Amino acid sequence: MELLVASGIGVLTAAGVYLLLRASTFPVMLGLTLISYAVNVFLFSMGRLAIGMPPLLREGGDLYADPLPQALVLTAIVISFAMTALVLALAVSLHAGSGSDHVDGPPPGGQP
Amino acid sequence: MSQAIGQLVAAPFVVPVLTAGVMLALGDRRHARACRALSLAGCVLLVLCAVLLLGWSSGGEPAVYAMGNWPAPFGIVFVLDRLSALMLATTAVLGLACAWYSLGGWDERGRHFHALLHLQFAGLNGAFLTGDLFNLFVCFELLLIASYGLMLHGGGQGRQRATLHYVVYNLVASSVFLIAAGVLYGATGTLNLADLAIEVAAAPEADRALLRGAGLLLAVVFAVKAAVLPLSFWLQAGYENASPPVACLFAVMTKLGVYALLRVFTVVFGEQAGVAAGLALPWLLPAGVCTLVFATLGTAAARSLGALAAQLVAASAGTLLIAVGTFTDAGIGAALFYLVHASIAGGLLFLVAGEIAADRGASGHRLEPGARVTAPWIAPVFLFAALASSGLPPLSGFLAKLAVLQGVLDARGATIAWIAILAGTLVFVVSLARAGSILFWRPGRRGGGDDRPVGDCIAVHGRRGPIGLLCACVVLLTIGAGPVARFTDEAARQALDVEAYVSAVIQPPEEETPPGLLLDGDRLRTRQRGPAVESHEVAL
Repeated sequence: MELLVASGIGVLTAAGVYLLLRASTFPVMLGLTLISYAVNVFLFSMGRLAIGMPPLLREGGDLYADPLPQALVLTAIVISFAMTALVLALAVSLHAGSGSDHVDGPPPGGQP
Repeated sequence: MSQAIGQLVAAPFVVPVLTAGVMLALGDRRHARACRALSLAGCVLLVLCAVLLLGWSSGGEPAVYAMGNWPAPFGIVFVLDRLSALMLATTAVLGLACAWYSLGGWDERGRHFHALLHLQFAGLNGAFLTGDLFNLFVCFELLLIASYGLMLHGGGQGRQRATLHYVVYNLVASSVFLIAAGVLYGATGTLNLADLAIEVAAAPEADRALLRGAGLLLAVVFAVKAAVLPLSFWLQAGYENASPPVACLFAVMTKLGVYALLRVFTVVFGEQAGVAAGLALPWLLPAGVCTLVFATLGTAAARSLGALAAQLVAASAGTLLIAVGTFTDAGIGAALFYLVHASIAGGLLFLVAGEIAADRGASGHRLEPGARVTAPWIAPVFLFAALASSGLPPLSGFLAKLAVLQGVLDARGATIAWIAILAGTLVFVVSLARAGSILFWRPGRRGGGDDRPVGDCIAVHGRRGPIGLLCACVVLLTIGAGPVARFTDEAARQALDVEAYVSAVIQPPEEETPPGLLLDGDRLRTRQRGPAVESHEVAL
């Protein structure tokens, strides 16, 4: 499972970085989304991977799923979701205003 | 410590959140006057709080406020020491100036200006107070979300474009922050700064790479906030296009990055930190010099007064990094004095640029011959702001730069730092003189530039009061340089005294705590480090 999760995070991040470096706003936004997914899974795995364990400390039980990273991930998900919405709104507004979805705007004098 | 004043530590965070909430509920269209009054009252209250906390913090020990009375490694704590109090006070003064200036008409250029402003205060103040790494992330996000809205305030393509770059940049930085926080949590099992200090100092050799990697990732995040050289390209467009009151407040935002670097890299990764000791030491001074040199070139190349002021903000961040990078009492003390001065002078210059833009109409604050500046009071105020921000005598900028030069005297690379700071000052003087002579002495003849005003909309005048307020602050800082410098030196000593910080935050468990509520920290940690170590090696 470790290998699966680790390579999943790696692939998500790689794809996210690639998309982030594109010049149009929509791929950039998708890239940001993928990176935030990767980060969320990463944070989650920082509490150690445990299957079928309660997120509680119990008398006598030595194994548990760490609840703190889950709380952190919840916060991170909410924030990244709101931020994605904001970037999308900005991108749409810019596209409507300038007719180009290039991140730096239409080149001066050239075709958009 | 009395109970009432103990609660006051949380006030700089709680008050703006409440103010913003009430303003959002009222709505700024239907109750515009009420919102303005509330905003101004909230700012004055923040200044009063900051003054109280400043006086209180100078007593000595760091004061700790535990949220919900949960003890330190488990709950979230706010820690007030001299450094935090100084940052709170600087923010409060600039915030008051920003809100007051906007009453001239800028706040009506978009929705919810005052509410966003107070959310920004909450984020800034929370970041200055918090003693928890994840809470620092949340406060960063809070202030960033508000700053996106503020940067967009006024509308227009230029602002939207600059904001898009700023948002994307900061979202990536936030992801890196989360990765760093995750690695630190995975390796140590805690996110409380004081507890991290204990854990990192005691970390085994096997965790060296993890901890150092996470620490340097954090440094990258804070460097984005502080606009350190390879990560600073968002700054100019954003600050130049932002409306003047917003840019005035943003003068303190880069200082937040410097504050976070200082806090985390003394408490968690300081000299005492075992395998991760002195992590930032080799990086800060060279990075500061590079930032300063680049920003110096930027001031010479600036094509508008806003861009010039933005580059001066970046340059001040570079100077601060040089001084903080020494990690000595003298260096950090000088840095803090310079920080207060640079924030106020930077904010003042943005407000003056706004007034000039409003006065010149279509020419804005572009540095090209255009409409004459008619109001007679602007020229002397510009001269004052230019003297203050370039660091010429007799104002406090000169004293602060002198202190920085003395503070870095014994550091490695002091020669290069001296050359960068002194040459930078010369170039600032030339650039500001050039800007002043174009703006005030060459009216009428229009160059080949376009008529489009900077930021896509004609600027409006603000109130003149806050400009006077900031000027008065600079004068006060000059006259009272002795006491202020003594305070900043004490603050530096306290910031470097990690043991006092840790022992103030992590208190031994009290006996009256019900046993059911008390988690045994060591047990929690050994469990965490125990069973799954192999899997965490693989998962990384």
